[in-house]
Amino acid sequence: MANFLQLLISGLSTGAIYALAAIGFTLVWQTSQRINFAQGEFVMLPAFFALAGMKWFGLPFSLAALLAITVAVFVLGVMFKKVIVDPLDGQPGLAVVISTLALAIFLKDGVKDVYSAEAQPFPTVLPDVLLSLGPVKVSLAQVGVLVVAFASIFLLSWFLSGTRTGRQMQATAQNPTVARILGVPIERMVMYTFLINAALAAMASLLISPIYLAKFSNGEALGLAAFVAAIVGGFNQVRGAIVGGLVIGVVDNMAAAYVSTSYRQAVPLVLLVLIILFRPQGLLGRKEERTV
Amino acid sequence: MTLLARFKLPALLLAIAFLILFPADLTGWGLPWPGLRRYGLYIMSLWLVTAIAAMGVNLIMGYAGQETLAQAAFLGIGAYTVAIATKAGVPFGFAFLMAGGLAFLVGVLLGFPALRVQRHYLAFVTLAFSVFVWLVIRNEDWLTGGVSGIQDIARPTLFGIRLRPPLYFYWFVLALTLALAGVMLWILRSPWGRAFTALRENPVRAESLGVDVRGYKLLAFAIGSAYGGFAGALYAPLLEFIDPAPFALGPSLMYLLMILIGGMGSFLGPFIGAAAAVLVPEWLRFSEGLAPIIFAVIVMVMVAFAPNGIVGLFEKLTAPKRRPHADDKGPTLGEVKS
Repeated sequence: MANFLQLLISGLSTGAIYALAAIGFTLVWQTSQRINFAQGEFVMLPAFFALAGMKWFGLPFSLAALLAITVAVFVLGVMFKKVIVDPLDGQPGLAVVISTLALAIFLKDGVKDVYSAEAQPFPTVLPDVLLSLGPVKVSLAQVGVLVVAFASIFLLSWFLSGTRTGRQMQATAQNPTVARILGVPIERMVMYTFLINAALAAMASLLISPIYLAKFSNGEALGLAAFVAAIVGGFNQVRGAIVGGLVIGVVDNMAAAYVSTSYRQAVPLVLLVLIILFRPQGLLGRKEERTV
Repeated sequence: MTLLARFKLPALLLAIAFLILFPADLTGWGLPWPGLRRYGLYIMSLWLVTAIAAMGVNLIMGYAGQETLAQAAFLGIGAYTVAIATKAGVPFGFAFLMAGGLAFLVGVLLGFPALRVQRHYLAFVTLAFSVFVWLVIRNEDWLTGGVSGIQDIARPTLFGIRLRPPLYFYWFVLALTLALAGVMLWILRSPWGRAFTALRENPVRAESLGVDVRGYKLLAFAIGSAYGGFAGALYAPLLEFIDPAPFALGPSLMYLLMILIGGMGSFLGPFIGAAAAVLVPEWLRFSEGLAPIIFAVIVMVMVAFAPNGIVGLFEKLTAPKRRPHADDKGPTLGEVKS
C-alpha cells in the first residue's frame, strides 16, 4: 500500500507536468484551431536555453531559468506564430500539421548538433530529500513539482476566468465570429494563447528535465504524452487537459511498476485507443459539431 | 493541357527504358557506358524502395487527406515479416505478399477506431503506434533480434535465376515498383480512386453525395500502409540486414516531408520526393546530421510558398499563360490541377 501511494504521488507529479504541456496545446487548438505537432520539442527546448545560459554566460540557475522562460515566450510564442503559423493562414489544417512536424525535426536535430547529443543533468530547485509521512516516503523534489505545477495551473485558471483579457480569450475560443462582433481583438487573443503555451511549455521543461535529464530526443515521448493527455481529457477543455495529464502520469507510473518497464512507452497508445473506442469526446469533453 | 500531359506516354516509356538501361554495362553493345557500380545500384534500388513507401503516404495524405506518422513502422512490419519468414524457409513471393497483407490488416485495425472520430486523430494514433512498433522490435529479442537486428537476409531467386548480384536485384525492385505504380494508377483512375479525391476536397459534401467517407478513408489508409509493407519487404533483402533504427518515428516523419517536397497529390511526387530524401543525405555525408535540418527548413518554406511541391513548381513553369482572373487565388496544399 505504501508502495502504491508512493507510485501515485510520483505519477501525479509527472502527470502535472504533462498537464502543463497539454493545457497550452489545448489553448492554442481552441483559439486558432491549429495543432502543434512540435509541442514535445517545445517542452524539450527551454531546458537547453537554461543550460546554455549557465554554460555559455555563467548565469546562476535562477537567472538561467528566467532567461529560459523569456526566450521561450519569444521564440516558441511570438516567432512560432509569426514565422511558422501565420504564413499558412487560408491553407487547410494539413499545412500546419506538416510544417510543425518539420519544425519538430528542426528543433530536435538542431539541439543535437548545436548543444549536445548526450543527456544533460539538470539542476533542481528543491533538494532531493526524502520526506517520511508514516510508511510513505516522498521526495521533496516531487512535492515541489506538484506545488509549482498546480500553482501555475491555478494562476492560469484565475487569469482565464477572473480577468477581462482571460474572458475575452475564452470568448475567442468559443465563437470567434461573435467575439469579433462584440469588439474582442481576436488576433491579439490568439497571440496571447501562443505566449501562454510557450510559457507553460517552458515551465514543464524546467520541471521535467531534472527527472528525465535534458536530452534532444525527449520531445517524442513528451509530445505524445501531451497529445494523449489532451485527447483523454477532452480536446476542447482546459480542465480536461489537467485530468488527462494526471491520468497519463499515474497510469504510466503504475504500468512501469506493475506491468512492464520496457513497454512503459506503449501506455499512451493503449489509453488513446481505449478513449477513442469508448469515449471519443474525452473524459470531460463535449461533442463537436461539424460544418461544411 | 500542360507540357507534362502532352508528352505523357512517350515520356513515360522513355523514362522506363532509361531506368532499365542506365545502371547496366552497355560496353557490350558498343556504347561507352560501363554502368553503375555496386554503390550506385544500391542508391538507385533504395530510391525505388523509398518511392514505393512514399506512394502509400501520397495515397493517404495527398488523395485521402489523412495524416500518417507511421509509414516507417509499416516498413518495419514488412521488413521483419520477410526476414523472419524467409529464414523459416517461406518462399520470397509468398513472404512478400504476407508483408503487404499484414501491413494492410494492421492498417485496418489501427484506422478503424481512429477514423471514427475527428480529423487529426489518425495522426495521434499512428504517432503512438510508431512508438509501439519500435518498442516491440527492440524488446522482443527472440523474434526480431532486438538491437542487433537480423543478419544475412537472403535475396530471392526468380525462375531459377539468383538475384544476388546488385544489378539483377535492382531490376527486380524496378519491376515490382512499376507494377505497384501501375496498381496505384489504376486505383486512382477507378471510380473509387476519384472518391478519394472527392473526400479530400470536401468530406461533408462527398458524404452527402453518397460516398462512404469513413470506409474510403480506412481503405486509403490500409492500402497506403500495405505499400509501406511491400517497401519493407524489398528493403530487407536489399540491405541483407535490418535493425530497429530505420523504422523509428523520425524516418516516418521523413516520408511525410518527402511527399510534400515532391508534390502531394500528384502521381510523380513520391518519386521526386524519394529521390530528394535518398540523395540529399548522401551528398551531405561530410556533415552528418545536417540533412534532416535542411530537409525540415525546405519543407517549412515550401508549405508556405510552394505547397504543391517540385511537381507543382514545374507545372507552374510549363503551364500555358492565361489571363489573370479577378478571383484568382493562390495554390492550396494538395490541390490537383486537372
